[in-house]
Amino acid sequence: MSKRILAAALLLSVSVLPAYAAKTSLVVGMPIEPPGLDPTIAAPVAIREVTLANLYEGLVRIDRNGKVQPLLAKSWEISPDGLTYTFRLQEGVKFHDGTTFDSADVKFAFDRARDPKSTNAQKQIFAPIVSIETPDPATVVIKLKETSGNFLTYLGWGDAVIVASETAAGNAANPVGTGPFKFKSWTRGDRVELVKNPDYWQKDKTKLESVTFRFISDSQAQVAAVRAGDVDAFPNLAAPELFAEFQKDSRFKAVAGNTEGETVAGMNNAKKPFDDVRVRRALMHAIDRKALIEGAYSGFGTPIGSFFSPNNPAYVDTTNVIPYDPAKAKALLAEAGYGNGLSITIKSPQMAYASRSAELMAAMLSEVGVEMKIIPTEFPAKWIEEVFKNKDYDVTIVSHTEPLDIDIFARDSYYFNYKNDKFKALIADAAKTTDEKARFAKYAEAQKILAEDVPALFLFQLPKLGVWNAKLQGMWENSPIPINDVTEVSWTE
Amino acid sequence: MMKRSSIRWNTALIIGGILTALLIATALLSLVWTPEVPTRVRVAMRLKGPLEAGLLGTDHFGRDVLSLLMVGAWNSLAIAWPAVLLGAAIGTAIGCAAAAWKGIADEIAMRASDVVFAFPAVLSAIMIGALVGSGPLAAILAIAVFNVPVFARVTRGVALQVWTLDYIAAARAIGKHPLRITWEDVIPNIAGALIVQVTIQLALAILTEAGLSYLGLGVRPPNPSWGRMLSDAQTYLSQAPHLAIAPGIAIALSVLGLNLLGDGLRDALDPTLKGRSAPA
Repeated sequence: MSKRILAAALLLSVSVLPAYAAKTSLVVGMPIEPPGLDPTIAAPVAIREVTLANLYEGLVRIDRNGKVQPLLAKSWEISPDGLTYTFRLQEGVKFHDGTTFDSADVKFAFDRARDPKSTNAQKQIFAPIVSIETPDPATVVIKLKETSGNFLTYLGWGDAVIVASETAAGNAANPVGTGPFKFKSWTRGDRVELVKNPDYWQKDKTKLESVTFRFISDSQAQVAAVRAGDVDAFPNLAAPELFAEFQKDSRFKAVAGNTEGETVAGMNNAKKPFDDVRVRRALMHAIDRKALIEGAYSGFGTPIGSFFSPNNPAYVDTTNVIPYDPAKAKALLAEAGYGNGLSITIKSPQMAYASRSAELMAAMLSEVGVEMKIIPTEFPAKWIEEVFKNKDYDVTIVSHTEPLDIDIFARDSYYFNYKNDKFKALIADAAKTTDEKARFAKYAEAQKILAEDVPALFLFQLPKLGVWNAKLQGMWENSPIPINDVTEVSWTE
Repeated sequence: MMKRSSIRWNTALIIGGILTALLIATALLSLVWTPEVPTRVRVAMRLKGPLEAGLLGTDHFGRDVLSLLMVGAWNSLAIAWPAVLLGAAIGTAIGCAAAAWKGIADEIAMRASDVVFAFPAVLSAIMIGALVGSGPLAAILAIAVFNVPVFARVTRGVALQVWTLDYIAAARAIGKHPLRITWEDVIPNIAGALIVQVTIQLALAILTEAGLSYLGLGVRPPNPSWGRMLSDAQTYLSQAPHLAIAPGIAIALSVLGLNLLGDGLRDALDPTLKGRSAPA
């Protein structure tokens, strides 16, 4: 009896102990390690996922709902003709090396990005710029040669962050930005460590003292690390079949959100038989998107009928334009002269979603008399070389994770080899349209053109399967752009 | 010592023989009949347990696991057999030559096989895959390559013993060419040892094929393979353990069967080697 009382007393004393200050460190897991830490000189998404909002800041930021918010620019005015943007900058902002941020840095950063020799991955952001003027340290005036409907949104991307002239050259290995976290160390193949920036211009913006990004490629190891508490959050789990278990476990929060990743099976539109729209439509009719998502991604993910993210306000549902209809597929193939069967190949990269989808598609196509042979390839190096550069392929499959990238179907030398002047003109027109409603209408029309013309087999939107400790708050549930913004994350106890 | 004798039946031989016969029978049966079309995807029936759908359930695409296993047996043998036979043919030729000419030829053959031995099969498969493109052909070549030195050494060892026998000395004395001696007198006398080695190497080849397919270097999807079934099953382990257990048992039983058969054959064909492990 006395033992029980003692135990009860002990329990009581434990429960009335003062709540210890909440944890202030965070370990975030990522499947892929970035090749460098400068998002303004290279394309990989992993660079943005470590650095954007945490280390570097842009004039504006994209919030968790995909909306543009002020950041280094506290306000801006756009001239009535849409060609002049005047940004008022935050004052008292310092880079991590102690130098002051002002309008000269903005000019430097943008001039560096739009330089012909720059390797910036999204040069279309800067293409409309004619001049950048700095009338005073707190004002930047950017003049455009043509209106750009997405200009402000673009300025929130990782490709448009502000870097300092003194340190820009070394940013890939030793990043210096204005963000709430400073770079501490990078152990290659393992982790990048960031610590709180004590001089950050938004005092008390973040409650975290340190953030560590750990790189774990194996999906089993990812799950084990989260379970063991070695990793507090895994914003993009690679194995959907393991995600369901976290949904049942109250120690973790498991959220299936949206990304901007359209998974498509691109076809070589310049090559027979894919130059025939009847064949492309037939292949699309043969694919059961729902079953594909179930088999390839355990049912997570949204079917798409065109190349637009359901996250985007301009999205229209086009999945019924060419629905699953094997009989129609056979009829179209026969009409195109392939009634006796057709043999094609698919170059499938190693990512689980891609190889599984390829296998499922091969099975679905065989039902309509199309034999699709699977040729494994390696992403990124081998795939970039064979498919992206040399266009040596029939069909391939990959997820395009950039936001608002429907314009890739309007690019001349893109790997789809797709040429449609009407579509091209429409996209150019949409990009210039500053009126939101009119722009959305143009994007809607563009989506419909692609849905009917099927230059690629539009499959599904990649979900963002995030898992984190249930005591964490402030994690992003969706990815409107590639980012792991942890500036608003904190521990509840 | 190599004289032929009637087969001495033993337990290892019987169990190994039965398991191996089962493996071959399953593989052959899969050519004419499987319970379901192994590549047919039925997403609505995915991840069903054993007996819920088919004898062994369904995988993550709703394919019938038993049918996949059966075709997998054929694919496994279709890579292992040609690979081992190719390796055995080349290795035996090298071993015989080394035993026949000795001296410098012997030295070169043995040092060269040391070099080949130094490369694990998986590594050579990756190299060969880079040359001819990964796939069944690369797997066959890679397994054949690591079999060459095994057979070269085994052959050389037993052939050297045969070369010391009196009737070989007699054959040489009447001026018979070493090639003819090898073909007519040596090979028939080392055939037993070679058959034993082929059996054991087959087991190893099946295991290696599974390993290569697990890594994506062997049989190409959607053609089923035990190794890839295992690698696919990995992330479903907690939801559907049967997906890993079924191919795991298939691989284990096949390897065990061939190893037992090899041991049994050795004891049966050559009692003087009893208890010694196979040279490798």
